Amino acid sequence: MLKVVDLAKDFGGLRAVDGVSFEVREGTITGLIGPNGAGKTTMFNIVAGHFPPTAGRVQFDGHDITGMPSYKSFARGLVRTFQIPRPFAEMTVLENLMTVPQDQLGERFWNNWFRLGAVRAEEREHRDRAVDILTFLNLVHLGEEAAKNISGGQLKLLELGRALMSDPKMILLDEPGAGINPTLLGEIVEKIAELGRRGITFVIIEHNMDLVMTLCERVLVMAEGKLLMEGSAEEVRNDERVLEAFLGGVAQEAD
Amino acid sequence: MDFLSLLSFLTFFLIVASVYSVACLGLNMQWGFTGLFNVGVVGFFAIGAYASAILTGPDYPDTLLGGFGLPVIVGFAGAVIAAGLAGLLVGFVTLRLREDFLAISTFGIAISIQLVALNFSRLTRGPDGLYSLPKPFSGVSTSVLVDNLFYLAICAVSIGVVYWGLERMVRSPWGRVLRAIREDETAALALGKNVFRYRLQAFVVGCAVMGLSGALYANFVGFISPQDFIPIFTFQVFIMLIVGGSGNNLGAILGGVVVWALWSGSGALIAGILPPTIQTQAASVRIVLIGLGLVLMLLYRPAGILREKRIVSQEARLPDGVAGGRAAGPGD
Repeated sequence: MLKVVDLAKDFGGLRAVDGVSFEVREGTITGLIGPNGAGKTTMFNIVAGHFPPTAGRVQFDGHDITGMPSYKSFARGLVRTFQIPRPFAEMTVLENLMTVPQDQLGERFWNNWFRLGAVRAEEREHRDRAVDILTFLNLVHLGEEAAKNISGGQLKLLELGRALMSDPKMILLDEPGAGINPTLLGEIVEKIAELGRRGITFVIIEHNMDLVMTLCERVLVMAEGKLLMEGSAEEVRNDERVLEAFLGGVAQEAD
Repeated sequence: MDFLSLLSFLTFFLIVASVYSVACLGLNMQWGFTGLFNVGVVGFFAIGAYASAILTGPDYPDTLLGGFGLPVIVGFAGAVIAAGLAGLLVGFVTLRLREDFLAISTFGIAISIQLVALNFSRLTRGPDGLYSLPKPFSGVSTSVLVDNLFYLAICAVSIGVVYWGLERMVRSPWGRVLRAIREDETAALALGKNVFRYRLQAFVVGCAVMGLSGALYANFVGFISPQDFIPIFTFQVFIMLIVGGSGNNLGAILGGVVVWALWSGSGALIAGILPPTIQTQAASVRIVLIGLGLVLMLLYRPAGILREKRIVSQEARLPDGVAGGRAAGPGD
């Protein structure tokens, strides 16, 4: 479903991503782990089209999407969430979701003058879908609250909800578990697993290894811009190189 | 003051306030709803004024265009189209810029427009200006008051039409995307919105409305020259929008009236209570007073007199019976 070939990205003199290749099969949940500065988020940014790579190619669903702006890759069913949630703060939770569907009739302003009935009917459909998703995420009681007033964990769910509104084929989640209390984390894990069973493909950047081990069939490990290894959660957990990448400095000092 | 002169004064006051209110509505589309920092309001106001003046004015000697003597309504339509086209051109060039650069470039463009008005005398008659611009219904009566009352009615209708059109546009999925862009452009892009296209649309609509404001001004005053189009106009409109309530169209209209009342009222007050010897210096006091008012407003009621509605689209309410569905509360 997603294929990355020899991807590289330079920022000035720094090579943030260095010749990375991997493939993600449809219907799987893949973890992307690595120490801070390994290039994970940069990888997401390239795949989602926030900036083009210096070299290499990205294929999604059989099409080359290298350097395609994010609003276009989004239309093909590839969505990402952000490490730090980016809600539309002054809008309600419900409208944060209702903004998402593509090519809404009412997004062409003249339709609001001349085809108000059709616009409103479509709006009610989108609202009902948004209410369903909010119910699934246990956020529906906050539907008319401004997004700026809800908690950090709820914002993560809101981001997931916005991603779901688009009927995505693949969701890139950037640290869904960061800064979230254990109860809510359990809830998020459960929601992602449920969505995975419904056939959505996930790639998840995460530092919380419990979450990765619970959810991910395959795990990619990055370090210093390179793909260190890939394997099952079990293989990765027991791999010397991975241990060293995460704890490298400490291990060397102990020698 | 007898009743008739009070009425004339009020009419005059409200017409000028209406001109500002319409400009405020245009800026609200750009700044209030979309977050576009257009500091060149006066430029599009000027384009509207000149467009209507050229279309409706008499034949002047030595000009390239003119002498059309078209009905005022055609002048207004021409002003809307001319300012909208100018907005399209300027927006296409500048709207990819970050907001601080957008501010600098629009400011520069407004200054350039004024300089063109000053120097392109074959079109604008330069500093001599365009004069004898017609007012609609001016033949109906010989009384200036009746003329002005008619004109006030035209202003009221203009505000009504613009308000209705903008509300209908903005309380919709389209307006929701504008608000999303204002709140977080990157997230809007990541959610598949073609941000540039929406910014351009909002910018052009706002500029067209500013053009109408310019036409209302030109045909009311009957004479325009480049001195009418100096940058302070832009700042007045910004202050009006912030005081009235950025993001709220009724607030934009109200802001125009309230701030213009303070502006002209403080002028009259200064003229009334200060000795004639320091009158000229005292004129600056009113800029200080308005500035003070703005600071107090930002400190104590930053959202303006009428704050923006939190729910953008009319259908975006939780249906009855869904947990959390509630009656409208504060801020809704």
